[in-house]
Amino acid sequence: MAKPIYARAVADRLSLREGRLRIKMDGEELTAQETALYDRQIRVWGVDAQKRLSKAQILVSGLNGTSVEFCKNIVLAGVGSLTLMDDRLVTEDALQANFLIPRDETVYSGRSLSELCCESLRDFNPMVRVLAEKGDLAQCEMEFFDKFDVVVVTGCSLKTKIEINEKCRKRAKRIAFYAIECRDSCGEIFVDLQNYTYAQKKSDGTAECHLSYLSLEDAILIPWRNLPRKVSKLYFAMRVIEKFELSEGRNPGELSNCDLPAVLKLRKELCDAQSLNESHVPETLLERILVAGPMLYPPVCPILGGILGQEVIKAISGKGDPLKNFFYFDAADGKGVVEDISNPSSI
Amino acid sequence: MDSDLKTEAIKRAKVLMVGAGGIGCELLKTLALSGFQDIHIIDMDTIEVSNLNRQFLFRQSHVGQSKAKVARDAVLRFMPQICITPYHANVKDPEFNVDFFKQFNVILNGLDNLDARRHVNRLCLAAEVPLVESGTTGFLGQVTVHIKGRTECYECQPKPTPKTYPVCTITSTPSKFVHCIVWAKDLLFAKLFGDRNQENDLFVHTGDGSDSVKPTDDIFERGLDEVSVQYGRKIYDHVFGYNIEVALANEETWKNRRRPRPIFLGDVLPEKLILQNGNLEKNCLTEDLSLSAMPSLGLNNSQEIWSLAENSRLFLEALRLFIERRGKDIGSLTFDKDDQLAIEFVTAAANIRASSFGIPLHSLFDAKGIAGNIVHAVATTNAIIAGLIVIEAIKVLEADFQNCRMTYCLEHPCQKMLLMPVEPFEANKSCYVCSETPLLLEVNTQTSTLRDFVDKIVKNKLGMSFPLIMQGATLIFEGGDDLEEDVAANYALNLDKVLTALPAPVTSGSMLTIEDLQQELSCHINIKHREEFDEEKEPDRMVLLGWTTPEKKSQGVSNGENTTAAIPAAPEAINKSEEVEVAAEISRTRRKRSEISETTGDQETFQILPDTDAKNSMDPQEVEDDDYENDLVVLDENPEASKKRRLQ
Repeated sequence: MAKPIYARAVADRLSLREGRLRIKMDGEELTAQETALYDRQIRVWGVDAQKRLSKAQILVSGLNGTSVEFCKNIVLAGVGSLTLMDDRLVTEDALQANFLIPRDETVYSGRSLSELCCESLRDFNPMVRVLAEKGDLAQCEMEFFDKFDVVVVTGCSLKTKIEINEKCRKRAKRIAFYAIECRDSCGEIFVDLQNYTYAQKKSDGTAECHLSYLSLEDAILIPWRNLPRKVSKLYFAMRVIEKFELSEGRNPGELSNCDLPAVLKLRKELCDAQSLNESHVPETLLERILVAGPMLYPPVCPILGGILGQEVIKAISGKGDPLKNFFYFDAADGKGVVEDISNPSSI
Repeated sequence: MDSDLKTEAIKRAKVLMVGAGGIGCELLKTLALSGFQDIHIIDMDTIEVSNLNRQFLFRQSHVGQSKAKVARDAVLRFMPQICITPYHANVKDPEFNVDFFKQFNVILNGLDNLDARRHVNRLCLAAEVPLVESGTTGFLGQVTVHIKGRTECYECQPKPTPKTYPVCTITSTPSKFVHCIVWAKDLLFAKLFGDRNQENDLFVHTGDGSDSVKPTDDIFERGLDEVSVQYGRKIYDHVFGYNIEVALANEETWKNRRRPRPIFLGDVLPEKLILQNGNLEKNCLTEDLSLSAMPSLGLNNSQEIWSLAENSRLFLEALRLFIERRGKDIGSLTFDKDDQLAIEFVTAAANIRASSFGIPLHSLFDAKGIAGNIVHAVATTNAIIAGLIVIEAIKVLEADFQNCRMTYCLEHPCQKMLLMPVEPFEANKSCYVCSETPLLLEVNTQTSTLRDFVDKIVKNKLGMSFPLIMQGATLIFEGGDDLEEDVAANYALNLDKVLTALPAPVTSGSMLTIEDLQQELSCHINIKHREEFDEEKEPDRMVLLGWTTPEKKSQGVSNGENTTAAIPAAPEAINKSEEVEVAAEISRTRRKRSEISETTGDQETFQILPDTDAKNSMDPQEVEDDDYENDLVVLDENPEASKKRRLQ
């Protein structure tokens, strides 16, 4: 009788190791400098989490008001390295809500967003390596992904997000994938931790907890009528907008009020096909997003960037319940909501 | 167009931020990015290394400089065209009076202590300027909106005041590690290195009232030819050995308690090691605050729990270094959490005492957290809270009061929400701050002095700095530095009189009027004489009533707040050693007041209550550490959910 129990215990332990991000730990202690700098947060998440953080390699593709908030948070937290990808040159729109770029044309002209942000972020914490990488992440070789434990994408099409998500999933190494997008005063975070296992804190100790995540492609394929009742309206609105942008070949935010008729037509098609009442995707909400176009409501950025920062810290440290698998915030009602978009059978 | 109106309201606004710390840095950045043009910011603090992990406007090279000024310069670098006015000053300074507050459209708090929060609340009420208040602890946070005449004020719910421990728990019967820390820090450390003239209750109470141990006071005097090793051993054996033996003699005390074990140095360390201990001259730096006893003892991991022997060696070595390297400071030292040697000494002493009383020992890292009231803080929560503050501030500026919300940032989703908005509560009709309702004080008018009343009630409970106390038309006390000499002398005389012996005697049925001119706050207290008080439960020997619902027994003690709302609490955390107590009684339907206390084990502010005869009341400022930015409260929707969880 003892044997199978033992075997299960070993298997559990193995799966726990499997289920976490495989951060290379070489058993080094934190230096006195690290202990002094990170004192207040070590009091929140403990020394082990801090050590894991200091070994974690993060990639961010797409720099905007929301992702630079995330970058700031994760650099302050003391990750091992942060790699930035965004070759766009600075424009008026790109400056919006970005506190990493000095408003000085002589400084920024002719330089890419990733270079400029990289420079400022290095200053925030000399113990973190911050790098700028050229190129388009969706076109990168598979091996490139193996350098990272966490990949965050923003500001690209649904198709690109799906491709990058798939590449992360195909690697033997576990790579956590996050997509984040803000529109007007709303925001969405998508999380894919694949098969994730962590130690969940209970009042009477810890229990091992398994979570099974869907890829972005699979998650948004779930028929709307199978979703739990009262799913945030933002979930549907984001799908409609995203689909519209994809069909038009536009990037997120390349929208205006003129697109309203076409977007409403698409809403009808999607709702009909999914047998969902159109009232679940209010016209006022869609209009709000279209009118704003590329403009963000600035206070939303630190909120979304803060939530994402916390989620990435949880995933790296293996501590705390991670978000599964969508998060929505809308300044209009002030709610920050977690939606689990999974197949009823796979929950 | 709606959004143009919004922009206009923001552009025209003149806002005051109080605090340029964890929340403040994030808030200043977010205000600037959101289009605010005229921002004033007050902070009295200077930058420290442990701020840099989250206060992202600051760099290593700024350590020691004014937070308000450095924050301004940093934000102007990416937003050069806006106007930021910094004040490196205390918000309680008289220059920041009601007229000063009146020039702003909204006040935004990113403060780290209850005292300043209450002060700002009162000024906002007096100036009739809306207040957006905030706080964070670890992953938890909250933003609340307070508008006179529309919502409750910040003080409509009672706020937990600093935790106090009965003096005998500290001196004779500690049962928790925090008791040992308080003993080591406020009694032993103060006795050895602080002002010797201060009365200090280091001695074990024998219980029969005869202070039989007291005559040995001069044990702490070091003979001129006394070598520090001998002195250290003498102190050690006296406080951990002899004093415990004396205490054990009183059988009554230990009838229902575990008996402590006297510890003498000879039992813990071999003779050779004791002598050698003080002679390892290596690795210790001479710089004052970084002087450390750890390297020479081979102790390098502050997260580790050291043995009794290791703590004993650390005790002796830290004591020796104080005497030999920092002799000039002795007699004037006060405990400072950034003083490495002080932390080492306090950790060692607390652990030895804990060992004696069978209390689990703690690492230096943990001991430092407890002794320094250090609060958990991360950048992400502060960033989120700052975003929420700006959203509320904009609603206030647009006069969109209907849509103002209190928002809680939770660690675990509740009703699927991580960010939970709640409608603001109406003002509490019995709030002495924003309504005129009198309070009731139960006090023994024949034994309590005016000084007890001023310190324990007026300053500590009512949070007034410069009070004016009247009995009918007679002025019996006035605080402040600008009094005429003879008037001040007269008040000083009054302070030591018992209430019934005052020029206008205060007896059962009297009504006192207390005013604070700076805060423009006035309140009335009805006096009720009461003979007896429970030493343990009512150590103040005074009970203030009539201010909303009575506080829960779990004296909430985050440095902060306590509030109302209907949210389920799940502050079960990644947080280490955090003890969170959640208590609530709620109703979501009708606006009932829930009450909640959140206690974070290691951020307690504490002070020892002096015995009635010992008047060494500690300066409350001293125990109020300034290095936290938070407090918050979490509530529970479920009435049954009063639960206490110990989090790993």
